[in-house]
Amino acid sequence: MKIRTFWRHIKEGFKSIGRNGWMSFAAVSAVSITLLLVGSLIGIVSNINNFATDIENDVSVRVYIDLAATDEIQDDLADQLVALDSVEDVTFSSRESELDNVKGSYGDTFDLFEGDRNPLHDVFIVDTTSPEITAEVAQEIEGMDYVSDVNYGGADADKLFQMTSTIRNVGGIIIGALLFTAVFLISNTIRITIFSRSTEIEIMKLVGATNWFIRWPFLIEGALIGFVGAVIPSVVLWFLYDTIFGTVSGFLSGTTFALLPPDPFMYQLLLGLMAIGVTIGAVGSAFSMRRFLTA
Amino acid sequence: MIELKNVKKVYDNGITAVHNMNVRIEQGEFVYVVGPSGAGKSTFMRMIYREVLPTEGTIQVADFDIVNLKRKDIPHLRRQVGVVFQDFKLLQTLTVFENVAYAMEVLEKSPKQIEVRVKEVLKLVGLEQKAKMLPNELSGGEQQRVAIARAIANMPRVLIADEPTGNLDPETSKGIMNIIEQINQQGTTIIMATHNADIVNERKHRVLVIEDGRIARDEEQGGYNFED
Repeated sequence: MKIRTFWRHIKEGFKSIGRNGWMSFAAVSAVSITLLLVGSLIGIVSNINNFATDIENDVSVRVYIDLAATDEIQDDLADQLVALDSVEDVTFSSRESELDNVKGSYGDTFDLFEGDRNPLHDVFIVDTTSPEITAEVAQEIEGMDYVSDVNYGGADADKLFQMTSTIRNVGGIIIGALLFTAVFLISNTIRITIFSRSTEIEIMKLVGATNWFIRWPFLIEGALIGFVGAVIPSVVLWFLYDTIFGTVSGFLSGTTFALLPPDPFMYQLLLGLMAIGVTIGAVGSAFSMRRFLTA
Repeated sequence: MIELKNVKKVYDNGITAVHNMNVRIEQGEFVYVVGPSGAGKSTFMRMIYREVLPTEGTIQVADFDIVNLKRKDIPHLRRQVGVVFQDFKLLQTLTVFENVAYAMEVLEKSPKQIEVRVKEVLKLVGLEQKAKMLPNELSGGEQQRVAIARAIANMPRVLIADEPTGNLDPETSKGIMNIIEQINQQGTTIIMATHNADIVNERKHRVLVIEDGRIARDEEQGGYNFED
């Protein structure tokens, strides 16, 4: 493409938006609302995802060692655990420190279990390489000698994994549906601008313009509508998230949970929205061009 | 130059517009296409610039095999075939100059080339003084002249005119015919559909009479001798 032609296409794209002012306004508004919803959803799902990942990463397998195990046997068991492929880290927690933990949570009532009366076991805390395989690892460890019991939060952890994956999937489907709607709206707007310029397109085809020459200004028009439609929700989401982050972070301080920090999350989200806007704009307009350029 | 062999066209609605048509037109010829409305004249002409594809048979236009032409090559065919319509099809928001220049811009010609050629064709059609006017400030005949100027701006080898004088009075029609004949004299093949008996009878050229989708007569220097 010649540079002159490139500028001509850009100019035509802008001109067409102006010529169909109200339709362009309607399309930009529709895209803005859609992308506002999409952006909010991505924000929510990403944060839930982040929460879930925090929890998931916290899930470890607790291996209770049989009281009959000697130090040697314990060392042996530790070696076996470390040797497992999906095990990342193994830490030892003695029955005394386990009791201290319990006392830390429930208070001094447990003082009477001091010394030989301590009913607790020595424990290996096993971290796995990925949270999904925790159950599998737990099962494997359960079969080892001198393992009295294995606990990984079992059903609770499974439920959590299931819930986060559902949230991801449902969020993904809703986002997909919203984007589809936006493509449809842009495609309709461009179709109207194409109708209003049908004589022009007919003449271009008759004098031998290539299909791409005809298509470019419309693609640029669609992409521009998509871009402007993305800027508005981007600004809104920026302020919204900044406010929410400022407020909620206070409540969450001291817990293991945290909202995704605006830098870089907001930059990524806004860049993503712009890219989505431009893409759906161009795709929408490509859709409506198809029928006009088949002959 | 243009050759149709055993061409048949059946539209999707089942109507057969053209039956087993065989025609050969040489480069530089002037051919009138006459016949009753609905006889297949427009289909015949639209097949030449591949607006319509034949159902059977072969069509050769210059080096282009119309039936097997790839979609990406259609623009190249269209650059060899200029088309003029009864309703002009001008862009109302562009001036006379811009309307003609437009046809060259879409082929990515340089501004210098466009300037020179547009002036040349506007002079040919006698509108160099009205270059800055808008189509709705012109008479019907003048608008048709702009359309002709646009059709020949890219120097096509064939000019197809579908009733170019259909909406014009006899005097204006004469002017248009003078221009078309002048273009023909420069070597461009002319294929012109018309219902105007006076023009066909006065300005003798080859006449193809199409009736019921068939070539009913093909006469060198023929006349408009059939009932409309």
